[in-house]
Amino acid sequence: MIHILATGPQSLIQDLGRPGWANIGVGPSGAFDRGALRLANRLVGNRETTACIETLGGGFRLAVNEPTIVCVTGADGPISIITNGVERLTARNAPIALGADEVLAIDSPTFGLRSYVAIRQGLRVESTLGSASTDTLASIGPAVLVAGQEFSLANEAISHPPLDLAVARPISGPLHVILGPRWDWFTPVAQAEFLRETWAVSPVSSRIGIRLIGTALERVESSRELASEPMVTGAIQVPPDGLPVILGPDRPTTGGYPVIAVVVDAHLDRLAQLAPGTSVTFRAVDLG
Amino acid sequence: MTYDIRPMGDRALLVTTPNPASLATAICGLRLDGVTEAVPAAETVLIRFDPTCNRSNLRRAINELDDLPATTNSRTHVVIPVTYDGEDLDDVANACGIDVAEVIAIHCAPTYTVAFCGFAPGFAYLSGLDPRLTVSRMSTPRPRVRAGAVAIADRWSAVYPRASPGGWRLLGTTTMSLFDLSRTQPAALKPGDTVQFTPVTSVTTSRP
Repeated sequence: MIHILATGPQSLIQDLGRPGWANIGVGPSGAFDRGALRLANRLVGNRETTACIETLGGGFRLAVNEPTIVCVTGADGPISIITNGVERLTARNAPIALGADEVLAIDSPTFGLRSYVAIRQGLRVESTLGSASTDTLASIGPAVLVAGQEFSLANEAISHPPLDLAVARPISGPLHVILGPRWDWFTPVAQAEFLRETWAVSPVSSRIGIRLIGTALERVESSRELASEPMVTGAIQVPPDGLPVILGPDRPTTGGYPVIAVVVDAHLDRLAQLAPGTSVTFRAVDLG
Repeated sequence: MTYDIRPMGDRALLVTTPNPASLATAICGLRLDGVTEAVPAAETVLIRFDPTCNRSNLRRAINELDDLPATTNSRTHVVIPVTYDGEDLDDVANACGIDVAEVIAIHCAPTYTVAFCGFAPGFAYLSGLDPRLTVSRMSTPRPRVRAGAVAIADRWSAVYPRASPGGWRLLGTTTMSLFDLSRTQPAALKPGDTVQFTPVTSVTTSRP
């Protein structure tokens, strides 16, 4: 049994999501930092697709009632094991042997925002449209985790962990983007500002979208309306207030605001770790 | 035919077309290597692909798709019974300069087509609304519209599959379940399907 003792600001069940249902208006959801979820699973000897716990910030606490291997990836910062009230620091990005009645504690990250907790054998959770992910916008999948919740193990482990420590180096520098389908809706000044500005991540950001604070971007025709277009994760929409929103995994499947640029697939995981107040810059890259 | 095809990041293309649902179906039918999904919307189709896809081959294959039918072949016809008791019936009648009975008759007359789904799971944008019923969205959306609410806005009609915020004008309600995750096909309406609204005569209400 796995016992959730504390959830921090938000803890969710996430796997690699449910892509492929946009035709009926269901978005992909899934781990915001997919690489971190895969790594956590590999380090405990699970399939990469096994559902984990995605937890925001610090404050998450978990206990087990029999010895279990767990692993924490994603954001960087202190994590510890509490044994009979005595706390000792342990390592992220490494399998951790958690004894019966020991507590795994995640404190506030020093870098990034979202941590992933993999438990060897996986949690027994119900799958909806092929995924156990919680879509916070569409309310599909398991409910948001609450303290006191318990899970049994799913017996999904495949092998013993092949290595004991992964080097997960945070990537910094500009987010690479491909210019968007509606790049030409923006004035040359706005186009230049978009790429030159140091944007700040707004505190009202979520898995649905990361809101940026900076210079409002002006459109060529301010009153022109866009018919709803299909969206992708990483699409940077600009609503009428001119401040960009980068769409996350719980985004709607369509949107009516022009997309000025789209974050490249290889940089999508970095979006998960953009804590409020973080600086963001964009660099336009060509399609390879 | 040469379509307006633009990159939507490095894993998708956005194609502009008068028939998004047909183009999406046609692209899926080609079963091209690496193409994972084709999603229609109002005037565009998103084609998602994985790194095994050859982007120039994909562009060429799209441009070779000519003479698409205005409707798709695999469509289902869905009849939706509606109790016309919506909060906005009188306002819509006033805005359109007709009476409530005409609003109902005009809304029931056409065979609608599901152009695309979006906004929320199972929310289908139905094309084919009579232009006499063109009304704008509310400037401030309602915080909660109940499940089954039948509504119109701009050139579309739709049914709210689940309770949600919403800014469309409410004409009535259906008891039909539009989205149910316990079904193999959770959404009652998919792009290309045709829809007919039929009025349910209520025994308990009579409008003045």
